[in-house]
Amino acid sequence: MIPLSAYVAVSAVLFATGLLGVLIRRNFIIVLMSVEIMLNAATINLVAFSHYLDSMQGQIVALFIIAIAAGEAAIGLAIIIVVFRGKISTNVDEMNLLKW
Amino acid sequence: MAFVFFAYFAVVSIVAGILTVSLKHPVQCGLALLALLLHVSGLFIMLNAEFLWAVQVIVYAGAILVLYLFVLMLLNLKTDDRYFHAKTPYLLAPAAIGLVYLLFLLVRSPFSGAKGDATSAAILQNGDAHAIGIKMFSEYLLQFEIIGVFLTGAIVGAIVLAKAPKSIETRRDA
Repeated sequence: MIPLSAYVAVSAVLFATGLLGVLIRRNFIIVLMSVEIMLNAATINLVAFSHYLDSMQGQIVALFIIAIAAGEAAIGLAIIIVVFRGKISTNVDEMNLLKW
Repeated sequence: MAFVFFAYFAVVSIVAGILTVSLKHPVQCGLALLALLLHVSGLFIMLNAEFLWAVQVIVYAGAILVLYLFVLMLLNLKTDDRYFHAKTPYLLAPAAIGLVYLLFLLVRSPFSGAKGDATSAAILQNGDAHAIGIKMFSEYLLQFEIIGVFLTGAIVGAIVLAKAPKSIETRRDA
């Protein structure tokens, strides 16, 4: 029997990887991919607790997370296309039009 | 036996996550993300969540990842010389220290709580999809409808954002 803390540890490592990716990568598309890694880490946590505490709630919320991730990907990629049309770049350092 | 599978899925998903963050070419990052998603879905199988496994493979690996790769191919990105933040070396050490401390705290935590009634034996009687469906369309119906409205709004927003704007010439004619 695998202990619950093993799943939580895997999820923590994945979440840290995604967070680091959001912080250090400069390509907007890869920043969005790192956000997907973080969402996946949260999903692992929810499903693991759902299994070990004999409850369905975690799996339901995990399904909602996947739906939110789909919406986030669609909106994020649409924003990338709009920005790319104007500036021919997906570097987050060059997206500073809304900065004052 | 279960431990071998768990170790495989865990190690490969962590390695794929690190590759996604560190590889240089965006398409290679997307393929590493695909490996990550498939191995995370393997972890769902280990946790008796077959329905989530199917949803993860179909929605994440099948739809979301294809959307990412489609946009990557559409934009035809050249690899940037500066693809990391300038201060990356200074970020790595605090991140590693913070992660080790977090893992130390997690392993020491007891992790217990009120147990529900959905035991593994109860779920296996009718299958995971049945159990999720009963719960989703009774207790979580409102949240389900909200997610539906959210997805509709997201897809309309994406279409409006990505629609090509009319050029100035045609606007003047109208």
